[in-house]
Amino acid sequence: MDKLDQLVQQAATEFAAAADGVQLEQVKARYLGKTGALTERLKGLGKLAAEERRVAGAEINRAKDAIEAALEARRQALREAVLVAQLAAEALDVTLPGRGVAQGGLHPVSRTLERIEALFRSIGFVVADGPEIETDWHNFTALNTPENHPARSMHDTFYLEGHEDVLLRTHTSPVQIRTMLDHVARYGDRESMPEIRVIVPGRVYRVDSDATHSPMFHQVEGLWVGESVSFADLKGVIADFLRKFFETEDLQVRFRPSFFPFTEPSAEIDVAFMSGALKGRWLEIAGCGMVHPNVLRFGGIDPERYTGFAFGMGPDRLTMLRYGVNDLRLFFEGDLRFLSQFR
Amino acid sequence: MQFSEHWLRSLVNPPLDSESLGHLLTMAGLEVEEAVPAAAAFSGVVVGRIIAAEKHPNADKLKLCKVDVGQDELLQIVCGAPNAAAGLRVPCAMVGAKLPGFDIKAAKLRGVESFGMLCSARELGLSDDHGGLLELPGNAPIGQDIRNFLTLDDTLFTIKLTPNRSDCLSLAGVAREVAALTGQPLALPQIEAVVPAVDDRRAVVLDAPDGCPRYCSRIVRGVDAKAPTPDWMKQRLQRSGVRSISALVDVTNYVMLELGQPLHAFDNAKLVGAIHVRYPNTGEKVRLLNEQTVVPAADTLLIADEARALALAGIMGGEDSGITLDTVDVFLESAFFAPAAIAGRARSYGFVSDASHRFERGVDFELAGRAIERATRLVLDICGGAAGPVDEAVAKDHLPARPAVRLRPARARRLLGIDLGDDAIVRLLEGVHLSVEREGDALLVTPPSFRFDIEIEEDLIEEMARLHGYDAIPACAPQGSLMMLDRSESSRSVWDVRHLLAARDFQEVVNYAFVEEAWERDFCANAEPIRLANPIASQMSVMRSRLIPGLAANLVANRKRQQARVRVFEIGRCFERKADGEPVAGFHQPLRVAGLAAGLALPEQWGAASRQVDFYDVKSDVEALFAPRALEFERLSDPALHPGRAASILLDGRRIGLLGEIHPVWVQRYEMGTAPVVFEIELDAALLADLPAYREISRQPAVTRDVALVVEQALTAARVIEVMREAAAEIVMGIELFDVYHGKGIDAGKKSLAFRVLMQDTQRTLEDAEVDAAVDAIVRHAETSLGARLRG
Repeated sequence: MDKLDQLVQQAATEFAAAADGVQLEQVKARYLGKTGALTERLKGLGKLAAEERRVAGAEINRAKDAIEAALEARRQALREAVLVAQLAAEALDVTLPGRGVAQGGLHPVSRTLERIEALFRSIGFVVADGPEIETDWHNFTALNTPENHPARSMHDTFYLEGHEDVLLRTHTSPVQIRTMLDHVARYGDRESMPEIRVIVPGRVYRVDSDATHSPMFHQVEGLWVGESVSFADLKGVIADFLRKFFETEDLQVRFRPSFFPFTEPSAEIDVAFMSGALKGRWLEIAGCGMVHPNVLRFGGIDPERYTGFAFGMGPDRLTMLRYGVNDLRLFFEGDLRFLSQFR
Repeated sequence: MQFSEHWLRSLVNPPLDSESLGHLLTMAGLEVEEAVPAAAAFSGVVVGRIIAAEKHPNADKLKLCKVDVGQDELLQIVCGAPNAAAGLRVPCAMVGAKLPGFDIKAAKLRGVESFGMLCSARELGLSDDHGGLLELPGNAPIGQDIRNFLTLDDTLFTIKLTPNRSDCLSLAGVAREVAALTGQPLALPQIEAVVPAVDDRRAVVLDAPDGCPRYCSRIVRGVDAKAPTPDWMKQRLQRSGVRSISALVDVTNYVMLELGQPLHAFDNAKLVGAIHVRYPNTGEKVRLLNEQTVVPAADTLLIADEARALALAGIMGGEDSGITLDTVDVFLESAFFAPAAIAGRARSYGFVSDASHRFERGVDFELAGRAIERATRLVLDICGGAAGPVDEAVAKDHLPARPAVRLRPARARRLLGIDLGDDAIVRLLEGVHLSVEREGDALLVTPPSFRFDIEIEEDLIEEMARLHGYDAIPACAPQGSLMMLDRSESSRSVWDVRHLLAARDFQEVVNYAFVEEAWERDFCANAEPIRLANPIASQMSVMRSRLIPGLAANLVANRKRQQARVRVFEIGRCFERKADGEPVAGFHQPLRVAGLAAGLALPEQWGAASRQVDFYDVKSDVEALFAPRALEFERLSDPALHPGRAASILLDGRRIGLLGEIHPVWVQRYEMGTAPVVFEIELDAALLADLPAYREISRQPAVTRDVALVVEQALTAARVIEVMREAAAEIVMGIELFDVYHGKGIDAGKKSLAFRVLMQDTQRTLEDAEVDAAVDAIVRHAETSLGARLRG
């Protein structure tokens, strides 16, 4: 039955030559159609003896299977070719920019404040807030800075026309007093009050304006009052914070004796980086100290039983150091070319 | 305070270099702000004596000098200085000298050889004086290095003293501190009483012993007020930042710098009768040395004689009674004025003085006698004359008390977190002249007369910590009881609001809270803003009552910087008058969030038509800020906003803010370009959140029907939906507006609003008939109530 093999061979060759589905179906008809070569042979079987018919029939069917398989393979190949062509035609320029809404961003100092809050929250500090038009009593007197105290000249204060006893707060420290008074009002009747652990981010005001001073700037106050809070704890918390904030151990922190009316002992905190552009320079970053007993008393807290530490740092300065900004005024000018760099 | 390291080292001389000395002071709380060399670096300059100065053969303005520099041969030096003359001693830079900026070589000047250079003060970097050669005194040793002769290898320290450390406002005070910190001996100047040569004295009456409990005085007759101040004193004054004025004034300044006692010298001839230290009489005036005339307040202490007020005690002398170059007899004052009587007074007259700065912080009340002896000695040495006896008027009961302060070492150790034994504490305190007695477990500590900052236990704890060294206190991780913090789900943090606005393409800004008065008037119709009493500039003179004007200014500024598309927001406080405001009466100080969008709705991009941002874009931003809570909007008339494009924002019936386009008048006046859309909302409202609550999901299919209604143009969509809802059957789950149309096919003055009505029952599938009936009912109600017509 060499002829059948030849037929299969020939069909396969013709299928492969078919350029598309239509041609393929025409070729198929020549073999498997009603008058196709194989159909004709099957029809011819009737003329054969029974035994021969069985053998010949089986061979023809084998050939038919082979031709159908070749046909299906070719159909598949042609379908794939069509798909490939279609996909190629649909190809995009993937380098064209995406469409839609752009992103805005936070102010660089906000980024810093958010980090400061998160770091202090992680050791149980909560955020407190207070007014920016503040009473003289909260801003000075209750912070152990009576009228005529020389320390008042350290703060050049904005006053309001027609009001004697109010001012724009010169620091976030008055919130210490508000926090303590609230705390005592809430827990004062208990055997033992829970600890106060707050930070107070906010805007403060001083009569001052140049490349390193702005008449409005930010501060973050911190206050921890409890039954056994010590200066060593203060050093520990601040040093920990600074290393976490700047994400480096490559940092020296120094506490230097200083004076604030509302803390005693008081310290200025300096940092020095051990590498980078500011390497080796001591940079003043915050003031701090143990809460003065008079301040605790003004807050309604017994200084014999409770002690505490407080600190006030300049997030504007921290932001400048962290991002390499060299002029404080840029923070308050609303220049999108500057602000958009911190997204 | 500025001083010369060399002067300090004449009193105490620790084995430390300048840098270490500075560090020592800083770490003891006397912060060294600056340490600069007294003179620029140079070398090879010695004292030379001009032996001969002849005219240069080839130049009119040059001289040919022979100069003796202590070598075997005289140097020939060509010099152009007008004052070069034989006999003069001047700085001579020899061949090989390195001066600031240039080196000296042998040279030929107009054909004559020159071996060095004679120098002016400017050429040595000592001052700007270039009028001629720096003339040295006749006793200047020839050949001596000029740096040694003029003590130029000196450092000028500027220390920033905290207000509690008035005891260090003098060289003696700083030296005392350095001696305590280093254990080095202290060599203060020996002060011996000057034996009176005349009997003259002037009575002093302490009328206000609370303010002035001690007043030492002395008359010195027959002084030469024109005598020159010696160079060594001039130099020390100059290196302390004090200008030399005249010998008598210089002496008083010198003693103040040296010992810390402010002194005043009156011209004795101008005084009438006894001196009174008293408070002012009504209407009294004092003409001060700074040429200011003040009417002293009732609590300002005066020095007066029997005729008139002379000076503001402890603050500033008077113009009419002070010494001049013609003064012959001097009346010296060395007094103690109580800090409480001086504090704040000078500032209230608009100045500060070295004296008031010291007295208001506290001057050693036992120092006055020694200081007047020191000053007398110097006056006699420099100006001659004959001293009378020292008169001391004193009200001992009014001198500051120095009660012992109780220190419990155990409390100190607990507060500082250190382990320091009692003996060590005693040693530290005694080192700074505090006297210590033991009383049981406590120490009784008595401060000396020069310390005004030791009144309570904490003062001693601070002193102890400072002397022990802050560096020596460990840094501990604090111990505390662990309690979780509150974290409410029905409120959001301000950070959520910030991030949400940033995600919607707004950039955060921080604007000043004080603004231009015009902004308040124009954008807030606020004619009576909260004004600052002392603004730094007129455009920062009133407190803002809204955030929007600041954002509008950001827009203008950015447009000038070629930023066409501006989207900014701020979260900040605003300020309004409110009699019963909390927490500060008289003021309402809400935190608000405001935003502004101007320019293209989307950043310019391919494949999307560009259009300007409009009211509805920003409305969507505001809605997103509150989602899923629904806001309501009502037409609003507001001075800042376009009257037809402004809305109040309501949340649960509360007016929480506004939204709209800036009024075209302001857009034009402030040159904003295209009109921005703005919003401003109470922050507390934006921080509210709803706790989600589950509702059952219907398994039944939903049916939607679209309905277009033609209504009057003026009718609001909200009103139409409200009316449709009135007639909505229970199966109606929602009515959403999806199209607004006017134009062809719609009568003028009308508009077509297309709604999608969503219907569903949780239990069963809806029948066509009931759906039709429900829609019908809605449409009929709209027709009768609003005159709406179903669009065909």
